[in-house]
Amino acid sequence: MRLESRESYSPFLSIVAPFAAIIFSLFCAFILLFIAGAPPLESFFHLLKGAFGSPNALAETGARATPLILTGLAAGIAFRAKFWNIGAEGQLYAGALAATFFGTGLIQLPQFLMIPFLFLVGGVAGALVILPLVILRQLYKVDEVVTTLLMNFIILLFVSYLLEGPMKDPMSLGWPQGSPVIDNGVLPQILERTRLHFGFLIAILAALSLWIVLSRTSFGFKIKAVGHNTSATFHAGIPVFRTVLIVACLSGAMAGFAGITETAGLKGYLTLDLSPGFGYTGIAVAMLAALNPIGIIFSALFLAMIYVGADSMSRAVNVPTYLADVVVAITVLSVLVSLILINYKIQIGKLRF
Amino acid sequence: MIVEFLELFINAGFWAATIRIACPLLLATLGELICERAGVLNLGIEGIMTAGAMVGWTAVYLGADLSSGIICAAFIGAMFGLIHAGFTVHLGASQHVTGIGITLLASSISYFAFRLILPTSTTPPKIQAFEQVSIPFFSDIPFLGPVFFQQTIFTYLAFLTVPIVIWFLNRSPFGLAVKMAGENPMALEAQGIDVLRVRTIAVMLGSSLMAVGGAYLTMSAFNAFYFGMINGRGWIAVALVIFAAWKPERAILGALLFAGLDAYQVRAQQLAGAIVPYQFFLMLPFLLSIAAMVFAAKSTRYPKALLVPFRRGERH
Repeated sequence: MRLESRESYSPFLSIVAPFAAIIFSLFCAFILLFIAGAPPLESFFHLLKGAFGSPNALAETGARATPLILTGLAAGIAFRAKFWNIGAEGQLYAGALAATFFGTGLIQLPQFLMIPFLFLVGGVAGALVILPLVILRQLYKVDEVVTTLLMNFIILLFVSYLLEGPMKDPMSLGWPQGSPVIDNGVLPQILERTRLHFGFLIAILAALSLWIVLSRTSFGFKIKAVGHNTSATFHAGIPVFRTVLIVACLSGAMAGFAGITETAGLKGYLTLDLSPGFGYTGIAVAMLAALNPIGIIFSALFLAMIYVGADSMSRAVNVPTYLADVVVAITVLSVLVSLILINYKIQIGKLRF
Repeated sequence: MIVEFLELFINAGFWAATIRIACPLLLATLGELICERAGVLNLGIEGIMTAGAMVGWTAVYLGADLSSGIICAAFIGAMFGLIHAGFTVHLGASQHVTGIGITLLASSISYFAFRLILPTSTTPPKIQAFEQVSIPFFSDIPFLGPVFFQQTIFTYLAFLTVPIVIWFLNRSPFGLAVKMAGENPMALEAQGIDVLRVRTIAVMLGSSLMAVGGAYLTMSAFNAFYFGMINGRGWIAVALVIFAAWKPERAILGALLFAGLDAYQVRAQQLAGAIVPYQFFLMLPFLLSIAAMVFAAKSTRYPKALLVPFRRGERH
């Protein structure tokens, strides 16, 4: 097998590639369904129905996409600068902790101030988690992949301690959960009697703002330069340390926002199972969108569809829900291959791609 | 009170537990170490350990004997290693993203398969795991007997892996090629050795060790498979490789240190549970991992070609 650089950039390939990756991962799901003894076509029908079949299903898909857009942005912006933040899961919980600390009665503000205030403290909390790690990386070359990953476990244990101790809701009948967010802090519903809430629009707004920053400002150019080649960037006079620092904090803030949308929007209070791995799925979201913020909105919706659809599919045809996680994982890997196909010709024996 | 905390150290049970807990960490750390020595960071470790734990347990549950269970685990680890190597070594894809992708894939497939095999059970069924073997004469020595000579065969095997890996990396021709692939792949290529093949085999070998480390949990430490049972051990192993400065003889030290901490915190919890919440004890290995990385980052020299993909005919 050989790799050969493509001489010219093909816009056709760069559009087709992610779709090829999606089709491949759905094909794998097909095979797994077959192995599981479920009728694949009927199962897919149930999946689509579960995700799109009714207004309620659509709302549920949107609600599920909300944290995924934000954790996708968290991964997307960091990966652009080759800062491998795998800690969005922990940063999400940090944001949720901030919502519980400030939003359950400590601070009382009118609604139009309370909601922005919650996002502010959630973002700061997410950024604060990542701050020591980015400094360790820049000063001592401590690998951020491992530290951000380890931080996830530390924060989750800390949340567990708080929810069983000082932050436990006295009215929760013994369950380890936080007090409910005050009414002025709760994100209003977009559709009556569904779980789709205002956080969805905020997530889209965050994606649009990041897109503008990345594509229309000199800071966006600096991020790209840092991601491509740090030493050349340094000699070109771009402040590498400061750029990585800001990128990392932005990334942590996005994940922190996701903690706010889940506590103040979806659930209303903090629990230990607030996130079923949104932080990790965010990596798949970002990869599928080739780290493009606008693309992240669509890839988050797609993966939310898979998750929501798989829930109702597993009820209908009795297949483990873990199928959705498998599809997401295969998507990450097949997108990686498709990204390479955009830049390189692959030759295996006499076959050329 | 302080005396009670110190007394824990002269308890043979504590030291025996330390040795037991060290095994999965030791195997995983050695596995990661071999991969990184060849120049490939393998973040698939957490998922590969999950897969090893699941496959080893399931094989025995479905009727295989214990040693076949270990072989099945090693095989599945090697297969995930092959995927990782295909992506990172042959296609030159990002080692970070591939590794995370492998972790997601290996753990989700394991959970999916486990649920398919056991659809409804709420309490996980148990298997006849490895039993403690008392080595005649030695096991009767006070204190040292229960600590060193009343462990399972799997435990002895895990510790036997250390000298084997040391010999492999320092004395065997292939091991030397592995180290060269991680230090100076161009020089290896100049000797007419296929760098990509060396790296691929190293990653497969390393990944099978990780999977066996996972299998230790379900086949020797416990006798059932739980969801999320690896619980960050893979990530700790990645930190331990850095702490060990990429040397297998130091990996055993790191694994024992962490295992000792783990065994100690379980016992200290019972003494101090009322004062310090148990979550803080559970945090210790993760905090110590970060501390170990900071401590090691200044002084150690990492394999020069780590994270650098090798493409024939391309200069770096």
